[in-house]
Amino acid sequence: MSLDPKSLKYTTTHEWIYLEDGPGGAKTATVGVSDFAIQALTDLVHVELPEVGRKLQVGKPLGEVESVKAVSDLYSPVDGEVIAVNQALILPDPKTKSVNFDVLTDDPYGTGWLVKIRVTGGQSELLDYETYKKQCEELE
Amino acid sequence: MPYFLNNADDQRAMLKAIGVESIDDLFAMLPRELRLDRPLDVPPALGELELTSHMSELAAKNDPAGSGICFLGGGSYDHFIPAVVDYIASRSEFVTSYTPYQPEVSQGNLQVLFEYQTLIAQLTGMDYANSSLYDGGSAATEAVLMAMSVTRRPGRVLVAGSVHPDYRQILATYLTNLDVELVTLETPGGTLDEETLRLAANDKTACLLLQQPNFFGCVEKMETLAKIVHAAGAALVTVVDPISLGLLKRPGDAGADIVVAEGQSLGTPMQFGGPYLGILACREQFLRRMPGRLVGQTVDRHGRRCWVLTLQTREQHIRRDKATSNICTNQALLAVRAAIYLATMGPTGLADVANLCLQKAHYAAQRLTATGRLKLAFQQPTFKEFVVRASNGRVDELLAKAQAAGIFAGLPLGRWYPELKDCLLLAVTEKRTKAEIDRLAGILSE
Repeated sequence: MSLDPKSLKYTTTHEWIYLEDGPGGAKTATVGVSDFAIQALTDLVHVELPEVGRKLQVGKPLGEVESVKAVSDLYSPVDGEVIAVNQALILPDPKTKSVNFDVLTDDPYGTGWLVKIRVTGGQSELLDYETYKKQCEELE
Repeated sequence: MPYFLNNADDQRAMLKAIGVESIDDLFAMLPRELRLDRPLDVPPALGELELTSHMSELAAKNDPAGSGICFLGGGSYDHFIPAVVDYIASRSEFVTSYTPYQPEVSQGNLQVLFEYQTLIAQLTGMDYANSSLYDGGSAATEAVLMAMSVTRRPGRVLVAGSVHPDYRQILATYLTNLDVELVTLETPGGTLDEETLRLAANDKTACLLLQQPNFFGCVEKMETLAKIVHAAGAALVTVVDPISLGLLKRPGDAGADIVVAEGQSLGTPMQFGGPYLGILACREQFLRRMPGRLVGQTVDRHGRRCWVLTLQTREQHIRRDKATSNICTNQALLAVRAAIYLATMGPTGLADVANLCLQKAHYAAQRLTATGRLKLAFQQPTFKEFVVRASNGRVDELLAKAQAAGIFAGLPLGRWYPELKDCLLLAVTEKRTKAEIDRLAGILSE
């Protein structure tokens, strides 16, 4: 089920973040890329994500998305540890032998999520939907 | 390209067009004390005739490999170059084209580079080869950087002491300002010992850089070493002699993850140490960390086969400071030569060359050590190079004696390895004859 983009928080570097209570009192953050960024990147050819267990630092790269035009870093919005990685973005389709990035383009706030992080520390300054939208409009 | 004059009138017209009084005004933003306040100290212009004589005089001071009998190796080799290599590679489309990578106008160049990549991938047993780097040494370093990135272990790199000392120096230079521990594994027996590697390889180790055959000409136990490297979760980066692959197992079949080589042996003369050809090939998992240019095959809008540069998004001209490497070009002309050479020789021709090198080198080793004045320094299997130790320790005398007879006898090793200061590294290519080897043996061992 897709999340409502209006209910999400955003970074200035175009990641969205959804925080919920996780096991043991720690928060779990689901992180993805905003629809605006996906549209701007055009045809995606590769996504590189961290492995489960990797420690992330707020503001530091957690992976990258590559389109036919550019490679862009993805930044972690929180300090934490990767607890899940979206396999749909890593495993090749058995028929075509390549990864299908349609989930990112079609459903960036649902099946196109990137990683789930167990939050262990601080988080970067997050924008609400309206503020993020304004930032994007200025970029256009 | 036409030659454009740039005389005083032209300069005045150009200055006027941009609204500047003098050429000096263009440099006005530079502090005066940093500017040269006198003309460059160069001799007056020469006429064409005088210049030609002057250049001939300078050229005559060179002592090229062809002026004697060459047993020099250590990274640069006197292999035979079939005439077809010069004939095809000297076409102006190859020689004079500058950055021939726009697909609209460079299909011929791109096709040859694609052929080169295919030949290199087949020769090394790797999934992909790029369209070359600058030389073997920088390729080795780029491969180590790839391994550090892919394994996500940026803190520790192992290198065998039997890797070319200049390559190790290049690597050390590149790593100077990175927070990485570069560990050299000593090789007193001539090859890397399994136990030495086992003790050094840990879960922080990005890779082992190994040369096969190594700088001493010895054949490393690559498959065994590869297993130890992989058991530690690290990658195996190997520097190979492309000629040796006519006989030795392909590095991809012996456990290598990234293969680099100096490609000079493949159709390029020794030419005073460069320009040379950096070969780099890797397994699929390393593809997106591969530096340099990569030519891909595709189809145009009419469905016809064609070639374009691919995976350029990680390169410096697009990704700036986050690029995979600061190298974003290649040695196109020398890669073309290598492709012509490999295509000419074919698998059987290359095996013949390798076999001739092997047989002649072993004959030379046998003849040189027959009287006991020279001994083999290492008890290891060798390919086309080997190290001999002089019983009286005077390698300089031996070299002088040989040089007086018109023979470049070998490379003294003391400059890199103090413990081998009484040793010479000799290379024997397919070009050396039995008579030449016998002559060398006569001078050195009697």
